[in-house]
Amino acid sequence: MSDTLDTAWALNWIRTAQEVISEHRMELIDLDREIGDGDHGENMYRGFTKTVEKLADGTDSIASALGTLGKTLLATVGGAAGPLYGTAFREAGKAVEGQETIDANGVVAIIQGALDGIVKRGKATTGEKTMVDAWTPALEAAKAAAAAGKSPAEAFKVAAEAAAAGAEETIPMLATKGRASYLGERSIGHKDPGATSTSYILAVAADTAEAAQ
Amino acid sequence: MKKLINDPQNVVPETLAGFEAVYADYVKVYYDEDDNPYVVRADAPVAGKVALVSGGGSGHEPLHAGYVGMGMLDAAVPGAVFTSPSPGPILEATKAVNAGAGVLHIVKNYTGDVQNFEIAAEDAADEGIEVKAIVVDDDVAVQDSLWTTGRRGVAGTVLLEKIVGAAAQAGKNLDECLALAEKVNGQVRSMGVALTACTVPHAGKPSFDLPDDEIEVGIGIHGEPGRRREKYTSADAITDELIKPVLDDLKAPAGSQVLLFVNGMGGTPESELYIVYKHAREVVESYGLSVARSLVGNYITSLEMQGCSVTVLLLDDELTGYWDAPVDTPAMKK
Repeated sequence: MSDTLDTAWALNWIRTAQEVISEHRMELIDLDREIGDGDHGENMYRGFTKTVEKLADGTDSIASALGTLGKTLLATVGGAAGPLYGTAFREAGKAVEGQETIDANGVVAIIQGALDGIVKRGKATTGEKTMVDAWTPALEAAKAAAAAGKSPAEAFKVAAEAAAAGAEETIPMLATKGRASYLGERSIGHKDPGATSTSYILAVAADTAEAAQ
Repeated sequence: MKKLINDPQNVVPETLAGFEAVYADYVKVYYDEDDNPYVVRADAPVAGKVALVSGGGSGHEPLHAGYVGMGMLDAAVPGAVFTSPSPGPILEATKAVNAGAGVLHIVKNYTGDVQNFEIAAEDAADEGIEVKAIVVDDDVAVQDSLWTTGRRGVAGTVLLEKIVGAAAQAGKNLDECLALAEKVNGQVRSMGVALTACTVPHAGKPSFDLPDDEIEVGIGIHGEPGRRREKYTSADAITDELIKPVLDDLKAPAGSQVLLFVNGMGGTPESELYIVYKHAREVVESYGLSVARSLVGNYITSLEMQGCSVTVLLLDDELTGYWDAPVDTPAMKK
């Protein structure tokens, strides 16, 4: 029983996320077909697979694991998801630079770093039917858990639940950013693919954090 | 899905390998450290010339790799099918073609393209290369408002690459090339229609579901659905729905000369493109404009999609001169 997460957890998070994205590849493609151009599942799969290859020999810190993930997603995903997720994880890595292990405040720092990176690059705000609608409630939930003295696994758990709920809430939204905005009113009634992949990635963070304890 | 492919993952590299073998006199294909391809003019860097780099293109062939050569592009960065390239290969292409006179990035207005080119331009600036960018947004199907990402870059991009490519070839500097690109983008408008969807190889099924008797009006070039769906009528009625919004938006003064461009989406017989062109030309003339130059064919496609786009560029002596200038690339020659 440990109340902190270490580098081994970060590597397990990324490896398991690759498996989960692989399982949901077609679902993400289908969500993207409905309101985008149908490449999200394929592009995320390619990026995470390449990252797992690069991290095959391990790494020395949570920051460098997340930094490698960010750099590789930026280099290999393309589209809008590449810069957004790439910047997100590069900033998330920087947010825990120098920390051997993280507690719930570290979880907040990772999610805050990711959200700041996405907003900096994509200039979206909440309610525009984007991944910001998953990361924002995740951050709020993680902050509340940290303030209440919860473990990092619990902080990720409530963050993942909030992200999943946030992704569901994109369904009735009218898209005003990204490719779905071209559809106008026809974007309503569909779940945002980026918010959906965010909820999967955070769910894996929670599961692997729980397994590490 | 029946396609002449071997493995969906290898569509882009196998396409480029064949393309490079055919056009070895024109292009060289390279890969960056993450296996992302970029296509460079065989004689790059061309001394003293502003270099033009464009990106995206896989699934839109001959865009953009087909336009690499004398009088048009210096490099094209294809990306995955229907996906903007990542910053890495854009940076490598920029470095490969830079001759010291600066590099112009030609970017179609899609969220991903804009972000990836932005990052690559920042990285190039860190390496001391002067980069400017034109973001092309000629698609009148998208309302340009606070509530959308803005108009998409579509077929007007081909005309812009030809015209600005000619100016760069003629020795214009980076600021002059950018100003010309902004001028072209300001007076070109397009709109497209799909009769069928297309199938992205790795997805394995059509990009949207369209009943046999319906058309999708206002499509982009990535197989994404359009603005509205309608019953199929006739070539002339559909052409009206494309050319009229284009002309209404362009608001060219009566008596102006224009270039009329009818582009096939990949699966449309050339005969049908001429049927569309014939009626589009009649409508252009009914607006008091004269068609001084024309282009008809498959220049910017969406895989095997049936459909077309109609583009009108308002001409003046400067643009007509650069349009008529010599060009020698795999997919455009004069």
